[in-house]
Amino acid sequence: METLITILSGVLVTVATYLLLSQNMIRIILGSAILSHAANLLLMAMGGFEKGNVPLLGENASGFTDALPQALILTAIVISFGVTAIFLVLAYRTYEENGTDNLEALRGNNDE
Amino acid sequence: MKSNDVILQAVTKIVVFIILTLAVYLFFSGHNNPGGGFIGGLVLAAAVVLLILAFDVNTMQRALPFDFKVVGALGGFIVIATGFGSLLFDVPFLTQTMGEFDVPFFGEMEFSTVTIFEVGVALAVVGVVVTIILSISKDV
Amino acid sequence: MMNNMLVLPMVIPLLTGIFLIFIRRYIKLQKWISLSAMIVNAGISFYILNRIQSEGILRLDFGGWTPPFGILFVADSFSVLLVLTSSIVTILCLLFAFSSIGKAKENMFFYSFVNFLVAGVNGSFLTGDLFNLYVFFEVMLLASYVLVALGGEKRQLRESIKYVAINILSSWIFLVGIAYLYGTVGTLNMAHLSERIAEVGQTPLLTVISVLFMIVFSLKAGLFLYYWLPGSYGAPPPAVAALFGALLTKVGIYAMFRFFTLIFYHEPSITHTIIGILAGLTMIGGSIGAVAYKDIRQVVTYNVVIAVGFIFVGLAVATPAAIEGSIYYLIHDMIVKALLFLLAGTVILLTGTGRMDKMSGLIRNYPSLGWMFFIVMLSLAGVPPLSGFIGKVLVGQGAIESGHYVLLTLAFLSSIFVLYSLLRVFLNCFWGETIISEEDERPLKKGWVIPCVLLVLATIGLGLGAESIAVYVSDAANTLLNPEIYIDAVLND
Repeated sequence: METLITILSGVLVTVATYLLLSQNMIRIILGSAILSHAANLLLMAMGGFEKGNVPLLGENASGFTDALPQALILTAIVISFGVTAIFLVLAYRTYEENGTDNLEALRGNNDE
Repeated sequence: MKSNDVILQAVTKIVVFIILTLAVYLFFSGHNNPGGGFIGGLVLAAAVVLLILAFDVNTMQRALPFDFKVVGALGGFIVIATGFGSLLFDVPFLTQTMGEFDVPFFGEMEFSTVTIFEVGVALAVVGVVVTIILSISKDV
Repeated sequence: MMNNMLVLPMVIPLLTGIFLIFIRRYIKLQKWISLSAMIVNAGISFYILNRIQSEGILRLDFGGWTPPFGILFVADSFSVLLVLTSSIVTILCLLFAFSSIGKAKENMFFYSFVNFLVAGVNGSFLTGDLFNLYVFFEVMLLASYVLVALGGEKRQLRESIKYVAINILSSWIFLVGIAYLYGTVGTLNMAHLSERIAEVGQTPLLTVISVLFMIVFSLKAGLFLYYWLPGSYGAPPPAVAALFGALLTKVGIYAMFRFFTLIFYHEPSITHTIIGILAGLTMIGGSIGAVAYKDIRQVVTYNVVIAVGFIFVGLAVATPAAIEGSIYYLIHDMIVKALLFLLAGTVILLTGTGRMDKMSGLIRNYPSLGWMFFIVMLSLAGVPPLSGFIGKVLVGQGAIESGHYVLLTLAFLSSIFVLYSLLRVFLNCFWGETIISEEDERPLKKGWVIPCVLLVLATIGLGLGAESIAVYVSDAANTLLNPEIYIDAVLND
């Protein structure tokens, strides 16, 4: 299971890299979102997939799973959600202001 | 943009209440089960976003006349304030406590300060999400 | 014994920032509240700093969860010195912002975001947990994303996209590094990590993970991977640029120091050598950049890059003298870079252009500005009575003791380039024929001069009074060089 998830995470990274390297702003945002999902999956895989109970059920449940990776992922999801949202707003404003969503055109020269 | 969205609007009127109920359910189940303030808040925000989609921003603002930036800030304020509560009792920052109370009609109920914290999280999430959606959707 | 005080440098700005959203209409009140919050912050961190000297490293376990299970804040001299300096720098940048930032940005929650930025920076300095460090990095970055773009000029938005993209990438590497580290060692508490790694030995796998973290912090600090830096630091208004120049890269530097002295210190022949090489390349690249551009903003931002390289020479050398020198230089650099950015910003505000060849003879119109720039230049070059001197000497001494002659040469050559690049600005902008006639002269606002004067006094004071902070700095260096002090304070207390 861990191997499968790791491979899946690798596939996601590949997709994200492709999207990040494109010139279209929306694609870059999507790429960054996929990138964060890949990291979340990796965190999950690194914590290990053990069968067990939720560690919230009290002291007499048998076989807890490690709750930490899940807590980390939850936090990471919240953060990447915030970042993606801000990135979207910025991209939209940039598109409005500069009239293009092509990064090649947004290169800009230093002597303006 | 004028389009015919009678069906969407009719469905939304019903579905929004289902979504809101789900949000409240998720919020309270978060105490001992999967769920909680963040998820509850997201679902709440989804309801608001659905309203914006089905009607429009102005109608939504008339129905829910809040400044969502302030809602978000209020949530953040509550979150940190619960942390400060523990300073008053001279225990480490963010310490939470709980107790069981006998409430008439409902019977034995458990209250904990985490719930207040979660209310803050939910409000912050709703505020931030709706603010962002509004700022993107302003002039489409 | 309760150390709840430790959380205040992070929570006060956060609370202030949120509170300011409620009082959006009362700009004047916002100004005074954020200023007083920062002053209180500085006072608290000074108090904590003195308590550390008498009681050793302090820690606060959030929610009463003892380490290594819970999240905690750890305050040692190194982190609190940086918290104190960043509070002071923020006070002065705020003073400058009061009269330069403009109504439109103030209405868009400018002061709130400055407070959030400081909360993130202070949290990163104080936290003792790796994942918590990631969270505070993100708090700081989210605030900085907004601050870069606040105002919504074309140039700002264009640069903000690149800034956000590069930081998302580095945050991703950070998260991946955390995942790997948790998978191999099974903990994220920094003291516990250090202990576990010391037990199993720093295997090649762990060294590779450490290099991953090195990439992350290099991106944040601008160590060799600084290509994003000149663009995004040049775009925002001067008060924001000064905050960025003074605080943001320093957080990366702090994290790097913490990591490679506390956790991954077992393989210096690999990790510290890489840091040394990167530091050398950074100084070379920064020097070339600093003399190559005609835009003051570019010159100033490349000076940030050079300083980053210089500070990391101390970490690469890692002798007591060098580490102490790096800490001195770090504090000095926070103050002086803020001053440099504010002065450059003032010049741009006054002349309306950043190009050196379009201005001349400013010293006749604004003598005080010219002489302050002169002092900053000397201070950055490391001329004795000013604050840059002691750091340079100590780092140099460390490099000689351990035989890092190449780095030593590069470090001092880069100082000459700093001097040359700023002298070029000075000669072009302040010397020569005046081109601004008396009628066109824009008045120099008091609100612009006062923070600059205070920062000049700070750099002189830090230079002359280096003796007075020597206790704190040597304690900080001592903790950095002996990780067991930190581990003891966190785990065995």
